[in-house]
Amino acid sequence: MEAFTKHSGKVVPLDRANVDTDQIIPKQFLKRVERTGFGQFLFYNWRYDTEGNPNPDFELNQEAYRDGSILLARTNFGCGSSREHAPWALLDYGFRVVIAPTFADIFYNNCFKNGILPIRLPEAKVDTLFRRVKDGVTQTLSVDLENNRIDDQNDFTAEFEVEPYRRYCLLNGLDDIAITLQKDDLIRKYEERLPDYYRTTVTQNS
Amino acid sequence: MRDVKPRTLFEKVWDRHVIEQEEGKPAILYIDLHLVHEVTSPQAFEGLRLNGRKVRRPDLTVATVDHNVPTVNRSLPVTDGTSAKQMETLTKNCRDFGIKLYDFHDPGQGIVHVIGPELGVTLPGKTIVCGDSHTSTHGAFGALAFGIGTSEVEHVLATQCLQQLKPKTMEVHVKGKLSPGVTAKDIILAVIAKIGTDGATGTVIEYTGEAIRNLSMEERMTICNMSIEAGARAGMIAPDETTFRYLEGRPHAPKGEAFEQAKQEWLQLRTDEGAVYDKRVELDASEIAPQVTWGTSPGMGTAVDQQVPDPESLPTETERKSARRALEYMDLTPGTPMTEIKVDRVFIGSCTNSRLEDLRAAACVVKNRKVAPGVQAMVVPGSQQVKRQAESEGLDQIFLDAGFEWRESGCSMCLAMNDDTLNVGERCASTSNRNFEGRQGRGGRTHLVSPMMAAAAAIEGHFVDIRKWNLDD
Repeated sequence: MEAFTKHSGKVVPLDRANVDTDQIIPKQFLKRVERTGFGQFLFYNWRYDTEGNPNPDFELNQEAYRDGSILLARTNFGCGSSREHAPWALLDYGFRVVIAPTFADIFYNNCFKNGILPIRLPEAKVDTLFRRVKDGVTQTLSVDLENNRIDDQNDFTAEFEVEPYRRYCLLNGLDDIAITLQKDDLIRKYEERLPDYYRTTVTQNS
Repeated sequence: MRDVKPRTLFEKVWDRHVIEQEEGKPAILYIDLHLVHEVTSPQAFEGLRLNGRKVRRPDLTVATVDHNVPTVNRSLPVTDGTSAKQMETLTKNCRDFGIKLYDFHDPGQGIVHVIGPELGVTLPGKTIVCGDSHTSTHGAFGALAFGIGTSEVEHVLATQCLQQLKPKTMEVHVKGKLSPGVTAKDIILAVIAKIGTDGATGTVIEYTGEAIRNLSMEERMTICNMSIEAGARAGMIAPDETTFRYLEGRPHAPKGEAFEQAKQEWLQLRTDEGAVYDKRVELDASEIAPQVTWGTSPGMGTAVDQQVPDPESLPTETERKSARRALEYMDLTPGTPMTEIKVDRVFIGSCTNSRLEDLRAAACVVKNRKVAPGVQAMVVPGSQQVKRQAESEGLDQIFLDAGFEWRESGCSMCLAMNDDTLNVGERCASTSNRNFEGRQGRGGRTHLVSPMMAAAAAIEGHFVDIRKWNLDD
């Protein structure tokens, strides 16, 4: 996983609450067996009409927000399905940061596994940012994970919090599977204590 | 000295599975059962290969194909090339890594959350994960069961563990008795309408109270299934005699003396007197009416005897905006009685409501009646076993006689990854769990309801208050 320390980029406002993962990446694109190439399908049903033409009203298609890499969203972003295709699509499109008042749990967790930083800000701060972005006062943001700060170089700053361990893994781009694999002794000892009735071994021939 | 602090059901299961808890770090949690399906696993197996890792416990891993299997004649080849490739990939991965797969033609195939309990691999006190948000279903047995992303699927395959931050707890207490015609689906839809789709974010819900105790296992699964629609990580119900009766004799459940011994341990899996939840909400079952959703989020629901709400009556601008947008998508006008909303399609199925009792309840409504002209209705059993059992009871014939389609098992039109989709503008009464924009097909409009309510809508061509029907005639 790519480490995340600092990122600067253009902000794209998506002024809708409860954006679910079915909208982020519709199901017809979940049939691929690869991790890459999902960016072209990001927000597909909002981004394109039924003939496949870009919908000019949708933010991602507007000139002002082209090549954005920081998504500004509303409450409960990423609710619904556990599909990791959602962060894969955001990342593949170019997003490295998502800012919202709240996130759904599984999506939030999936972001960290893919080098995307989801930032929770108080609703009032998010409101302010939406206003500033729409008025063109804020166009880009600098996000500094080392100092937990956001700055638009134009009088807007905010501090944010990330669980310390998640922050540490993201800053260092750590592979958490490798970390758990180092606990092999502990896992083995635990397995020896498993109750018999949980050893419901389902084998290929059963 | 033993720690005598009273604990919740969740805490008991959590504590027992923590392998290591370092200060300021997530716990390393042991996983007893890993369920795998074709859509969220290919990249995880690929990750193992790239890193030269193997599956630590293939014997605690069970796979099936459900999300994009066709539900038409199983003897025909899968015509969708990309779906076929995804299923073939799972077959190859299971073969290479030694995992049991209930494949397309297996008599044990079905929706992953239907077959786990059927097989008896879902047991009280287990930690259960799957790359699927509706894994919460298995919490009905007093297991800690939650959905994970593909990176975590890979993590569990490689280590049989997960790094997890401890969630908070929430009690959803449902007191009193349900009225006739009101079901588990109506309870959970009412809970979500009350607390919102993020009302339980960051928590594990425990459902308690008389109304929950009185539910069968299949009804409890419906409740726990939709915990995720309230934002919860998981939903749990303490195991009791109802749970044990369901489990006894299941193929992979313990047998004989071992079952009795396990039962004694499982009886300890209940929240201690004096244990404290971080949040609590209470509902009165006797006040719950059959529910119908009107919007594009599972929390946008109301009682069938109510009207489509006026967005302007909602408290916040964010809610008003969401409701306006939802009504525009749903093509509904505020003030319209829910019973005047006409449907084009009816879907009875999904991991929420595709078990035998669901089909029995729907069949009871449909018996000796006909699907309304112009309505296309289908029943998709949750598993091959459910299908066989239903057929042995003659339920298939009741549905077929009424004009329903009787399909093969799979996720089908819950998420419409296969050919079972709504067309643009079509309106569907659905027993599934999500009414998101385009969920059942681009431009399709989904109303979430119970199996009885879906069946009645098929007969009348619009929503009806099932409480007004005499179902004994």
